[in-house]
This record gives sequence, C-alpha cells and structure tokens, in this order.
Amino acid sequence: MTDEMDMEEGGVIKKFMFVNRKAPYGTIYALEGLEVVLISAAFEQDVSMAFIDDGVYELAKGQDTKAIGQKNFSPTYRALEGYDIEKLYVDQKSLDERGLTEADLLVDVQVMDSAELAAMMAEQDVLISF
Amino acid sequence: MLHIVNKSPFERNTLESCLRLATKGSAVLLTEDAVYAATTGSAAEGKIKAAMADLKIYALSPDLQARGMAGRVMDGVNLVDYGGFVDLVTEHSNCQSWL
Amino acid sequence: MPMIEHGGKSFEVDEEGYLVNLADWDENVAAYLAQEEKVEMSQSHWEVVNFLREYYGEYQIAPAIRVLTKAVAKKLGPDKGNNKYLYELFPYGPAKQACKIAGLPKPTGCI
Repeated sequence: MTDEMDMEEGGVIKKFMFVNRKAPYGTIYALEGLEVVLISAAFEQDVSMAFIDDGVYELAKGQDTKAIGQKNFSPTYRALEGYDIEKLYVDQKSLDERGLTEADLLVDVQVMDSAELAAMMAEQDVLISF
Repeated sequence: MLHIVNKSPFERNTLESCLRLATKGSAVLLTEDAVYAATTGSAAEGKIKAAMADLKIYALSPDLQARGMAGRVMDGVNLVDYGGFVDLVTEHSNCQSWL
Repeated sequence: MPMIEHGGKSFEVDEEGYLVNLADWDENVAAYLAQEEKVEMSQSHWEVVNFLREYYGEYQIAPAIRVLTKAVAKKLGPDKGNNKYLYELFPYGPAKQACKIAGLPKPTGCI
C-alpha cells in the first residue's frame, strides 16, 4: 500500500467544481463534501469549490461544536491551501440573504455575483454537488 | 449545460438557485418532487414561465404521472421519459444536480 | 473495537491500529505504538510526530503525504521536507506510520 495512488503520467486535467449548498452539522453533506475534496487533491486536477445557499455557513468564523459533541471541521477549510485547492468561490447573494459578508468567513475566498458564478459553473467539465 | 432539480419549490430554494445560476441556453430538467414546479396554477408557475425565455425546461413524465400531475403541465414544458433523461445527459457537456 | 494494553492502561484502537481517542495519546503510548511499527524513535522521529500533532491541532486533519512533505519543508527546511528523509524515518510511509505514532487518524486522502 502506498500513501497516495500513483498518478498516470500526462493524464488529461479536467475542471472539477464541488458545489456546496448545505450548512454544517445539521446533515453530513458538508463534511463528506470536504473529505471528497481533500481526496480529490491527490488526482491533480483543476479543482474549485463553490459555496452557494446554506453552503456559505460552512465557512462562517467562530464555529465551536464542543457542546453538540460533533467534530468542528471548520479549521480544515484553512488546510485547503496546503492541498493546492485555492479556488474558493462564494455566492454574493447567498451571503447577502444570510446577513454575512466576506469578513465573516474563515478563509480567503472570491465572492462572485450570479452572472460570474453561473459562467464559472458552465465552464466546468465535472460538477459534484453536496 | 444541463441542470437537474429534484426538490419541491415549496420546500427548498433549490429551483430558485438553479434558475438564477443557469446560463442562457442551458437545459433544466425537473424530476421527483421538482415536477410540481411545472404545473399550472402553482406559485412557481411565474418563475418557470419567466425562465423559459432563456432556458429549455424539461420535466420527467413518470414523476408527473406518479404524483397525479400529468394533466396539469404548463405549456412550454417539454416532457421526457427515462430514455429522454439519458439523452439529455449525453447531449450536454456537463451537468449540475441541485441536491 | 480492539484494545491495546500499555502502562497499566488500555486504549481503544481501530482495525488498523490507529488510536480512536486522540486524548489517550501521550509519549508513552507513542513509544508503544512506535515499537509496534518497529520504528526506533530518535529526536528526528519525535520532531515529525510533534509536527503532525501540531498540524492536526491547527487543521483537524492528518495531512496527505504530499501536503506533509510541503509543510515540513516550510517549517523545518527542505533537507527535512522531502520524501527521502521522511521515508528513511518511517519506511512504511511517513503519513501513515508517523500519524499512527502521533495518535492521529489515518490521513485524509490516503488510499
């Protein structure tokens, strides 16, 4: 067993976008999505993440899960940079609707309006939703 | 691009987000509980009508039939069966499932 | 869940021998886990193990090997942040073996 799967040399690089639309803790989607993204980093593809609707809550600062007995996985979003996943797109309207601003988020992101985000989604080879 | 929505517009904002983020010329396929959005007289009717200007709207007939909605489909919504569903997926270069 | 016994205490481990409860870890447990892995712990081994615990404390995950190597290079210098150095210390895979000794879960992205 090796620590990482061997990569095929000269493979085609595709654009993968992971679309996150669920709040953390209430369901397992956000955590599962994050784990899939971290694993996908091993395949050396062009990976981005979009945070839309309740997905923007995944990135909220100040999460503290001690009292609910679940793991606080919000610090892991800060590890994404080390995994070379640096394209984090956040939907402006979803932030606005929730009374959040970029300053409320725990990682550096690119905030996009609907048209920009729509265009970004349309140019992906593969979209995977959580 | 193909967008697939499977949630009722009365329970979730999924349809709304999809319609907002689908680029002109994209296809939207309504399946499962999302087929209620394709019926006449529903509060979602206006949204679907407005979306038709830029998007092609499809609904999965077996899901409409199962829900007793087959006779209430809005004009302009294209009905597909499972074979048509597969065709839509293969005709488009990419696909977003709005879970 | 399987249990291991060491120093008069017992600890829960998963089927691959990783500690289940992070809080069970101390240097004695680490020494025991290292012995099970047939790794003789030196100063250099402890440096990597402690680095991993710090990484986990900050990000709540055990890093994949590629990420570990890069992070070690950044913190401890390129002469340590490379595969050769890390595999010499932990021949069966630094991410896997060192994580186990550090009492962390198996690295995310480790297949």
